Amino acid sequence: MSKPKFAMYWAASCGGCEIAVLNIHEKILDVDANFEVVFWPVAMDAKYKDVEEMEDDSITLCLFNGGMRNDENEHVAKLLRRKSRIMVAFGSCACEGCIPGLGNFSNINQILDTAFTTNSTDNPQNLRPKTSYDVPEGTLTIPTMNPMLKTLDQVVDVDYYMPGCPPESHQIAAVVELVIAALQGTAQLPPKGATIGAGNSTVCDECTRKRNVKQIKEFTRIQFVTPDPEICLLEQGIPCNGIATRSGCNARCPSVGAQCIGCYGPAEGVVDYGARMISAFASVIDSEKPEEIDQILDGLVDPAGQFYRFNLAGSLLRGGRSNGS
Amino acid sequence: MDKKEENEKIGVYVCHCGTNIAGVVNVGEVSTWAAENLKGQGVVISRDYKFMCSSLGQELIQNDIKEYGLTRVVVAACSPHLHEKTFRNACKGAGLNPYLCELVSIREQDSWVHTDKVAATEKAKAILSGGVSRVVYHESLEPLHVPIHPATLVVGGGIAGIQAALEIADAGFPVYLVEREPSIGGHMAQFDKTFPTLDCSACILTPKMVDAGNHPNITLLTYSEIEKVDGYVGSFAVTIRKRARSVVEKDCTGCGICWEKCPKKVVDDVFEAGMGERKAIYVPFPQAVPKYPVIDRVNCTYYIKGTCKACEKFCPTNAIDFAQEDEVMTVEVGNVILATGWDLFDARRILQYGYGRLPNVFTSLEFERMSNAAGPTGGSIVMRDGKTTPKVVGIVHCVGSRDKNYNEYCSSICCMQSLKFAHLVAERTGAEVYNFYIDIRTPAKGYEEFYHRLLDEGTHFVRGKVAEINDATRLPSEEGKLVIQVEDTLTGNQLRVPVDMAILSAGLEPRHDSKELAKLFGISCSADGWLIERHPKLDPIATMTDGIYIAGCVQGPKDIPTSVAQGAAAAARILGKIQQKEIALEPIRATIHEEQCSGCRICNNLCPFNAILFHEDRMVSEVNPALCQGCGTCVAGCPAGAISGTGFSNEQILSQINGLLLLNIPKKEAVKA
Amino acid sequence: MADTPENKPFEPVIIGFTCNWCSYRAADMAGTARMKYAPNVRLTRLMCSGRLDPTFVFKAFAGGADGVLVSGCHPGDCHYINQNYKAMRRFHLMKRVLVQMGIEPGRLKLLWASAAEGAIFAREINKFVEEVRALGPLHWNTNHGSQIADHVLLSVVNGQPSDEMEVKA
Repeated sequence: MSKPKFAMYWAASCGGCEIAVLNIHEKILDVDANFEVVFWPVAMDAKYKDVEEMEDDSITLCLFNGGMRNDENEHVAKLLRRKSRIMVAFGSCACEGCIPGLGNFSNINQILDTAFTTNSTDNPQNLRPKTSYDVPEGTLTIPTMNPMLKTLDQVVDVDYYMPGCPPESHQIAAVVELVIAALQGTAQLPPKGATIGAGNSTVCDECTRKRNVKQIKEFTRIQFVTPDPEICLLEQGIPCNGIATRSGCNARCPSVGAQCIGCYGPAEGVVDYGARMISAFASVIDSEKPEEIDQILDGLVDPAGQFYRFNLAGSLLRGGRSNGS
Repeated sequence: MDKKEENEKIGVYVCHCGTNIAGVVNVGEVSTWAAENLKGQGVVISRDYKFMCSSLGQELIQNDIKEYGLTRVVVAACSPHLHEKTFRNACKGAGLNPYLCELVSIREQDSWVHTDKVAATEKAKAILSGGVSRVVYHESLEPLHVPIHPATLVVGGGIAGIQAALEIADAGFPVYLVEREPSIGGHMAQFDKTFPTLDCSACILTPKMVDAGNHPNITLLTYSEIEKVDGYVGSFAVTIRKRARSVVEKDCTGCGICWEKCPKKVVDDVFEAGMGERKAIYVPFPQAVPKYPVIDRVNCTYYIKGTCKACEKFCPTNAIDFAQEDEVMTVEVGNVILATGWDLFDARRILQYGYGRLPNVFTSLEFERMSNAAGPTGGSIVMRDGKTTPKVVGIVHCVGSRDKNYNEYCSSICCMQSLKFAHLVAERTGAEVYNFYIDIRTPAKGYEEFYHRLLDEGTHFVRGKVAEINDATRLPSEEGKLVIQVEDTLTGNQLRVPVDMAILSAGLEPRHDSKELAKLFGISCSADGWLIERHPKLDPIATMTDGIYIAGCVQGPKDIPTSVAQGAAAAARILGKIQQKEIALEPIRATIHEEQCSGCRICNNLCPFNAILFHEDRMVSEVNPALCQGCGTCVAGCPAGAISGTGFSNEQILSQINGLLLLNIPKKEAVKA
Repeated sequence: MADTPENKPFEPVIIGFTCNWCSYRAADMAGTARMKYAPNVRLTRLMCSGRLDPTFVFKAFAGGADGVLVSGCHPGDCHYINQNYKAMRRFHLMKRVLVQMGIEPGRLKLLWASAAEGAIFAREINKFVEEVRALGPLHWNTNHGSQIADHVLLSVVNGQPSDEMEVKA
């Protein structure tokens, strides 16, 4: 009997998700024991052509990481969707754009300018890439950039979401176990569209720091203070995103004295993560005077960056769909 | 877009409101448009009708609900503040949950404010589309029912509070009447005569005080203050601190020997307005209820020096207890009436009127005490030396009122009070009296007649705001007098009126601690400090917090008849609630979903009604539905999206926004192209 | 409305959020008094300005609104005691984020109006409509990043757009 087929792909991403999968240690042997790996560019050689030749729905599990930055990303996403039974948006980039999605603050001209003409680039002739070029042998092409980075589900239908930058290894291991168990008929997969490998609440749920009613007179940057190791970071004026960020990481950052930066994305049912952050941070400001409120807010140096670091491409205003519908 | 819409059958009703709407909005077009374009949103029938709120209009909806099996109804007519209840009840009558009906306003927000018929019609479509998109996400709601504890707390034992307490007690229900001073009676007990009938204040008030004191259903807690309020309508738990009187009430007979023998005299700043003295052990006035005295520990020699105890020595029943401690008690009540009254405007703040510097400038309360037969002068109207009768008296209106520098509002009672003063001065001293007024305001029953009586009595009326009162004389005729400097605005002349005595008709101000009171009971205060009623016209007795009512001057300056009426009205409202044994609350409430709550405590400081509770053990927050007023601030504030609000849910509002913008999208494309 | 002829002025669409107690009643009052104002604002009623979730504002902009009006009771006069102060704090932070997102600050307005201030409500709406009209359409679908404040870009952009550049629009 042939083993279920497994695929993993990286679109606009950093590769950290692949490392995280390898980081599940001996569980990787279970993956090998239970699956036949048919496509995983970072780990084995394969061509798109090979995938194109597979039958539709023949891949059982596809972990897709990375956002949709160009037409190649979209092409592979659509291809793998067609060939896969279970398509998982794996990691923050695929779920909500992540760091590559921050490109949505700028338009393509600005991005290309930054890449090709800033001081750090040696480009005296001010050259820019062309997406196609005619040579005697024919036409050469490179992928065309999308005006906005899209998340995976803005391009194809997604079965499950697995957040994190990257997803925590223990969560990956648990999901692998679950899928294997489901294939063996001893467990059931959650309903389509569910978020897997994460909690239903937010990071505070797993954070052991003590917390009180929050009233803040000043926001400060973590590098300027020595945080109290016992008390909630936000109460100390350190802009910690844990309040709005989905649980599942065991409060990894706050537990070592660093603020949560929000890589697990919004909690269940939230439309716009940044909007939740705005409401929450504004709620703890202890002032009723407009000037003082502004002064306190000056402590948040880059609010949009703070609130949308991981999910700009999933946001209402700078999302990949861009018209908010 | 959703399956949700596919399962719904929505009826749309567009009202003409005669020509009020139809005169500007093409009602037929809106109705037809909705039938054609909002099918995808679940609209199965769309009609327009002359008057939707008429019984025929309502029947139209009811018949459709039955015939077409409508699951939702949207009415486009007037403001929901006018007819939301009407249409909800109509739906209820046809078996549809009333909260599945949405009323959108195309009159106040559209036809009445726009003239461009095309634009107004397009806007009506957008508004209607918003309502249809929203109603899909409405839920069937049931009012919350909570039982009503039959006892009532009345805070403040002035005339409003006494009246309220008596009404409820007479109806057979228990009342706790809490008063900060040693006796009930309030400001009215300080007055001699009441306008406009000039009946004796004590004669009409004292019987009510005695009734309140003796009533089997009234627990009188004087010399007491509210410390804490927990709970919600139907079951408040109120913590009251009964301050130590140093007198054992059950032993005291009120015979008066103690205050007769007490050697320590104290200027009485409260009841006598600084005009008279009392002892360190005292009852504020002879008719005080209860009759038990209080030892003023700040001034009592025993508490200062450790010796004296004259009162203890002479007390025939051994009722003095120097070691008595405050008693803190918690009482259960279903409703609360706040009737804490007013403070007098501090006339010292107006330096140019010289009060506090010029001895013969008096405040209205000082004059009240002076004219009172039981007061410090035995009712003689005399100058500060205590013996000289004034020959000319000037009464200054609107002191601290109707003045942007102090209080902008009109204190409402000062005109009549000043007229009363003028009458009493003339009657008792034969002095010449001047009234300096901005406007004479005498709008209640018998008031204008009283004003004419004064005019007939020969009182001078000068229309003008007094600029200054001083003792710097310029003419021999002014020697030894106070000079009132004023412009007579009727003749345009600058006047200098020499008088012997000036009475400042000082305005009414909110109690200095009204803001703390409001906070304690979770209600709101205007910027001035008056407590805010639920509706300025249609509900001046209730507040935004269910179960908390206001009566008398705590709500704003008013005269005795109005205060009494408000006290009685508040009592009547509460009696109605007690009779029903339970109360139905609007089901617009917030709920925290425990499994999603991370216990981050962001919401904990967002609720001014203390409805959000944090459970340390489970590390989650919870909303107490009976305390929640449904403002939705916590819903918007929750970073985890763990709080939902009925009636104004995220889905409802977001989908309404979509609906409002439905028409907009083709326009945008056109502009782009 | 579906067609805006070239010679007609741009008619902005504005979504307004009002609280149930003051500003919605101010709008009611403007109606009762038959005051006239521009028909460009479409109102959504909330119980309190404190209910205003920034998501609503973002949704309105993303859905095609050219401006958003947020209104509530005057500070100190809130029917829920002090919730409009909470709304004010959110508004301040929200505005900062919107600017970073490339939306001109003039497209978002905060208006305190009591139930008695129908005239002020009408006047301020007229003013706001003109301000948004002057800003022009938001052109949400085409202006990606074009108006982003420079400080968002960490790098200094020093090159001119090149003829060689080709990207799919």
